Amino acid sequence: MNDQLLDKLKVLAESAKYDVSCSSSGTTRKGKPGQLGNAAGWGICHSFTEDGRCVSLLKIMMTNYCIYDCAYCINRRSNDLRRATFTVQELVNLTIEFYRRNYIEGLFLSSGVINSPDYTMERMMQVIKDLRTIHHYNGYIHVKAIPGASRALIEEAGLYADRMSVNIEIPTEESLQLLAPEKNYQSVFQPMKAIQQGIAVYQEEKQTIRSTPRFVPAGQSTQMIVGATPENDKQILTLASSLYHQENMKRVYYSGFIPVNEYDKRLPALKQAPLVRENRLYQADWLMRFYEFGVHEIVDEQHPDLDLTIDPKLSWALRHPEFFPVDVNRADYSQILRVPGIGVKSAKLIVMARRHGRLDADKLKNIGIVMKKATFFITCHQLTAFTVQEATPEYVRQLLTAKPAKKRGVPLNQLSLAFPDE
Amino acid sequence: MNRSQQHSPHQKMNAYLYDKTFEGLLTAVFDAYSRKIFPDVLLAEGSMLPLFTEEVYTVYTQDDKADRVWKGIEKKLTAGACRMIRAVWLSEEANADQLLFRFIRKNLDSPTSIETNFGDQDVLAMMKLAKSVNFEAEHIRQFVRFQKTADGVYFAPIEPKYNALPLSVEYFHDRFSDQEWVVYDTRRKYGYHYDLKKVEQFTFNGKDPISISGRLHPDQLDKHEPLFEDFWKSYIKTLTIRERFNPKLQRQHMPVRFWKYLIEKQ
Repeated sequence: MNDQLLDKLKVLAESAKYDVSCSSSGTTRKGKPGQLGNAAGWGICHSFTEDGRCVSLLKIMMTNYCIYDCAYCINRRSNDLRRATFTVQELVNLTIEFYRRNYIEGLFLSSGVINSPDYTMERMMQVIKDLRTIHHYNGYIHVKAIPGASRALIEEAGLYADRMSVNIEIPTEESLQLLAPEKNYQSVFQPMKAIQQGIAVYQEEKQTIRSTPRFVPAGQSTQMIVGATPENDKQILTLASSLYHQENMKRVYYSGFIPVNEYDKRLPALKQAPLVRENRLYQADWLMRFYEFGVHEIVDEQHPDLDLTIDPKLSWALRHPEFFPVDVNRADYSQILRVPGIGVKSAKLIVMARRHGRLDADKLKNIGIVMKKATFFITCHQLTAFTVQEATPEYVRQLLTAKPAKKRGVPLNQLSLAFPDE
Repeated sequence: MNRSQQHSPHQKMNAYLYDKTFEGLLTAVFDAYSRKIFPDVLLAEGSMLPLFTEEVYTVYTQDDKADRVWKGIEKKLTAGACRMIRAVWLSEEANADQLLFRFIRKNLDSPTSIETNFGDQDVLAMMKLAKSVNFEAEHIRQFVRFQKTADGVYFAPIEPKYNALPLSVEYFHDRFSDQEWVVYDTRRKYGYHYDLKKVEQFTFNGKDPISISGRLHPDQLDKHEPLFEDFWKSYIKTLTIRERFNPKLQRQHMPVRFWKYLIEKQ
């Protein structure tokens, strides 16, 4: 009996692991005396796997049987792999026992589609309903909304979940139709919209009735697979940006394509997942969410793909030398935020610290600014003016991308033969 | 400005001796202001005095003096800065008390709080040290693993670098309020026990129940415990994506010093 459960756990964790999302943030909920669980607000990683990814939630499939045959999915109908299904009770127990030992922040429940979207959604809903109402579990719950499930079911699930998500997976409908002929964008965007409206209704009713039950308080997230289809970064980031314009879309995840079904000729043959590209997309995503960048500033017609050798912020700065140098002792926060080598935290520290007195290069370095980069883009009352203006963007780029090995024996400060004659 | 700039080398030093408690430190601040002589070094009672000691003053910890200083600090600084002071104290770093003394003094001497003056070395050092301590407190929340004992208590040993356990207790209290639990700092030999009503600090008198491995003896465990540990281990193992294998990243996020108590790393 227990061996059987262990087996199921392995099969269904294996099937769930390609979903990137693991975050448990977005809700702060105090524990209730005599009940189990709370939500920490910032999310806690309880472990890290050998690939360095955070394990915060029990990320698991209810079943990996599926009626669909999507080319990019490991659980597609035509794959010959071990299949299993948890009972509601098994999932509830596993969640509670793991939670009590501080292994996890909560449950992330996903599922293949069995019988029908409604049938699947109903069973998933039963799991989280039992957790909340029978076991008085107050920990984090993230549940997938099954495309095609009825609105009523999604709305009921929203009462018990902290976060809900529907994965877009493929960044254009055309490619989606090619790889997953049984799906279309409507089936993805419909549940997304239902969740969005549910949150809007909740926020309105809360104004007049304080006891209105919470509805998906941590908002939505979604995921796109990168590198399985020919879309460029501009298409991907433009879609992400429009999703972020919906108020409750908290995260868009990018998943570097791992060829799980190598035999399918509709998919590219990759030696390795495009991890660098994935990383650059996350950096671009960060720029949109925390650095006040618009998507058109990061990618445009001339530059539809992100530069893989330098990060998108540096890339923007080198394309816009006219914006620099920025005077750290005077410029607005939003201008300082644009300087390569200065992050959100350092920018805030600078703005606070300069009220007490002028900042020089030493102080900036102590605060945690990456001077190697920033020095070309700032002035403070003591740095000599050898900025991106004088040095030219090409030369700065060359300096910052040079492999350390090539500089052997030549200290960095001697490289300032400031005349790029190549 | 640091101390070395305030003193030319031939000047002799004032040493304050105190009992190495937080209240003692605050009393030292009080005494320094009333004597108008400020210490160049703070030392534990009974420690060796440095050469060229001009004057030695012994602080007698008094709660009312400490209280007054703390109230003054609370009045001037934000709640965040007060928490920072507490965190730096819990670091137990060798020079943390002198850093705290300088930080408190700079604030008391200034007409307004200087807590955001990150151009000042002491302010920056305070922030960095407090950050490390808070990080360690977060590590405790992340990597504590409870084992259920035969008598139904959830027990977890932990060995943090800083004395950060007090900063994490509220997390356990709030989250696990329907189960009896113990979190025990094996290095500092004390812990917290929640008995379903209240949380109390405790020490084991005499016998430490933890074997050298840092784990409870199998006989002391609930009979289902090995099962759930097995489940957890298999789960973590299954979750790894081989194509993305990156053990360096794993160690960076999950320092090896915690592995001793991590079930998935046994």
